[in-house]
Amino acid sequence: MAEPLTLRARLRPYRAVLASRARSQRAYRASFGLDLASSALVGVIELAEIWVLFHSVTELGGLDFAQILLVFGLADLCFSLADMTFGHCDNLPTYLRAGTLDVFYLRPQPLLLQLVTSDISLRRLARAGVGAVALAFGLALNDIAWSPAHVLLLAVAIVSGYVMFAGMFVWAGGAQFFLVDGAETTNAFVYGGRYAATQPASVWNRPLWAVFGFFFPMAFTGFLPALWLLGIAPPYGLPDWLGWCAPLAAAWTWLLALISWRWGVRHYQGGGG
Amino acid sequence: MTTTDAGPIIETNGLTREFRIREGARRRTLVAVDDLTLRIEPGEAVGYIGANGAGKSTTIKMLTGILVPSRGEVTTCGLRPVQDRRRLARQVGVVFGQRSQLWWDLPVRESFRILAAIHDLSATAERDRTDELVERLEMGEFLATPVRQLSLGQRMRAEMAAALLHSPRLVILDEPTIGLDVLSKQRLREFLVAERRTHGTTLLLTTHDMGDVERLCDRILVIDRGRLAYDGDLPGLSRTVGAERVLVVDLAEAVADLTGITGTRHLASEGHGLRQRLAFDAETTTAARVLAAVSERAEVLDLTVEEPDIEDVVRRIYAARR
Amino acid sequence: MRAVPSGVRVYWRILVAGFRRQSAYLLAAFGGLVANTTFGLLKVAILFATVRAAGGELEGYDVALMSTYIWVSQGLLGSVNLFGRIDIADRIKDGDVAVDFLRPLDVQAAAITTEVGKSLFNLIPRGIPSVLIGGLVVGMALPDNPVAYLLGAASIVLGIAISAATVYLVVAAPGFWLVETRGLQILYMVVSGFLAGLFVPIWIFPRWLEIVAQATPFPSMMMYPVDIISGRVDSGQGLLLIAVQVGWLVGVGALGQVLTRAGRRHLEVQGG
Repeated sequence: MAEPLTLRARLRPYRAVLASRARSQRAYRASFGLDLASSALVGVIELAEIWVLFHSVTELGGLDFAQILLVFGLADLCFSLADMTFGHCDNLPTYLRAGTLDVFYLRPQPLLLQLVTSDISLRRLARAGVGAVALAFGLALNDIAWSPAHVLLLAVAIVSGYVMFAGMFVWAGGAQFFLVDGAETTNAFVYGGRYAATQPASVWNRPLWAVFGFFFPMAFTGFLPALWLLGIAPPYGLPDWLGWCAPLAAAWTWLLALISWRWGVRHYQGGGG
Repeated sequence: MTTTDAGPIIETNGLTREFRIREGARRRTLVAVDDLTLRIEPGEAVGYIGANGAGKSTTIKMLTGILVPSRGEVTTCGLRPVQDRRRLARQVGVVFGQRSQLWWDLPVRESFRILAAIHDLSATAERDRTDELVERLEMGEFLATPVRQLSLGQRMRAEMAAALLHSPRLVILDEPTIGLDVLSKQRLREFLVAERRTHGTTLLLTTHDMGDVERLCDRILVIDRGRLAYDGDLPGLSRTVGAERVLVVDLAEAVADLTGITGTRHLASEGHGLRQRLAFDAETTTAARVLAAVSERAEVLDLTVEEPDIEDVVRRIYAARR
Repeated sequence: MRAVPSGVRVYWRILVAGFRRQSAYLLAAFGGLVANTTFGLLKVAILFATVRAAGGELEGYDVALMSTYIWVSQGLLGSVNLFGRIDIADRIKDGDVAVDFLRPLDVQAAAITTEVGKSLFNLIPRGIPSVLIGGLVVGMALPDNPVAYLLGAASIVLGIAISAATVYLVVAAPGFWLVETRGLQILYMVVSGFLAGLFVPIWIFPRWLEIVAQATPFPSMMMYPVDIISGRVDSGQGLLLIAVQVGWLVGVGALGQVLTRAGRRHLEVQGG
């Protein structure tokens, strides 16, 4: 670019779109209230799915319910925030059919940034609220030997978890360019990934660890950081410090995401779309 | 801007685009655009016509960087569309008759504000340009209306304004008047003529509407099966294919078929000769002369002149090439 | 003389048409199978761990029976409508259904029959493979009594029909009066899976929650058919569950019919 733009000027297009999306969602108060309520209900029922198991047993995969709350809270909070800001990447097939993507090509911003900032689902804040409450209880009910390192790890885990789930949405979006009617295939890993992330991963067998432990590193969003906070050793003889590797896992997820996106766009420009 | 202002605004050289398509188990290659070489200078107004599937949309997608060419070269506004897509976006405006650039649930005014932010217009530039477009396209009455509540005519005016808000040097219009009533078409055409006069904007439009071509374009490109079939002006096109106009007359009484009038060809009679259709070549005679000849034989109650249909013109070109 | 046979024949044709239409989406069905299997393996991990933590047996479930529950319920996921989407919903909401009322067909019955046809097709690319994959990779318990399979098949068809009729009742029919039914669809999706026993068998719920679930039609969609075909209940209990299913189908269907008639009057008063 010839003229250097200030950061503020660079962000102007994205701010303008997002602010208008947010305004239009709050415009109909009654329906927005209902959306918030059902979004909160989603979070509550997802928690209930785990809670009912603890009605019958006291421990799953070496964790009791209070400890699971910590795993669930971390993973679900991060997922809900990512869903709020990146969830519409799922709509890529609709965008392709409606020609919305062609319109993005005619604007002077990067495509992926345009797609990501083209919408925001404020109603999902309610679900993030459920995750946050679960996390708060998880932190309060457990005996955590708090130190600055623990606080730092908690912050790192939340940020990395959000980034990981965001990356999963982008990965799925990129894959949609190739897969005709493929939404369910990518859902298996995005929403299946969320389901996996809220589980005590110590119950997984080795193939599940390969898929949701490392390739799509869902265990790094809640389970492994929670173990470190609780001072519990990971299963399969994995090292204790693995919980600190959440940022690496996030970087890996985005590597997958950007490769998938890049291939997807190439495929589209190559005429396969 | 200095580097991109000079030279042609669109230049292609051997531009080719192939698609591999699957038909059952077999794969075959479809050539959508075939060895297209053309040059459009700044300020021209070009009609790009052809049948459905002739390669028009594919060409537009390559000019704007949405599709990568299989072979050949293309520069738009002096830029390579795919590599320089983001810089090019600041100089090109595209109106798709079929897909919207506006935000469905927002008032028109709000859509313009967002687009101004997207193109990073200054506050003054945004205000001046919006005012100009609102006035010229007569959008004042529906600026506060959400896009989804607009009539088709209003929506197309808003789409036009959205694509031109950043004052692009090149405006590409894909079927801009499709489905519009006569008055709305008229209004859009007048706007485009004025826009071109005041800002020297280059226009490239695809259309099925002969009226668009006649009133807006000074040059016509016809594409057939991906290949350039004609490049020239409208009278030249009519000369090439001998496109005829048709005079339809309603007569006071039934008469015998009106054959043998100089420069005409009798096409059909309806109602035992109460309505008759005569084809004539605009090069050799005029409607007035034909009418005078008809009046000598019967009293004319009403008449219409049918312009050559664009599909018909294209069909004739295609027929001549095969 | 013609009325009854031709009536049945029309709905049979609608059923077959729904079945055929779905066969165009084989690739999507394959994607669904990938999703079913992935979720199935995650369910295996957590539910097997639960059974083991409970000492190898939990409310009648051992590991083998739990496996049957998981893979049959995953297999039914492509057929039992737990998503709350139904084609007729948009037509009702937009008022296009006025045209459907002019046809000599019952609008509700035709809509439900189409959905059942589509669902039955989905058993082929999604249902049966899910059960096979689960059986081969994880292993599962199967009933010895052939009657269980017969009853199970009937119960599955009933479950599919109940889900279609319930979606029609709570998501589609309100569209006669409401402008936007997306909220209802999301609500249905959230509640139905949980109470139908998709993630955890409802028998593992706390007693009060189990009673709440049984007071809804949701267990009839998935839990009861799975119980019957996995042999968790004997033939006598199976017949009882089928009777409960028939009760729900009649109830939900009748309510849907009442709403449809009221909706039709509403449309006519409004002038369509």
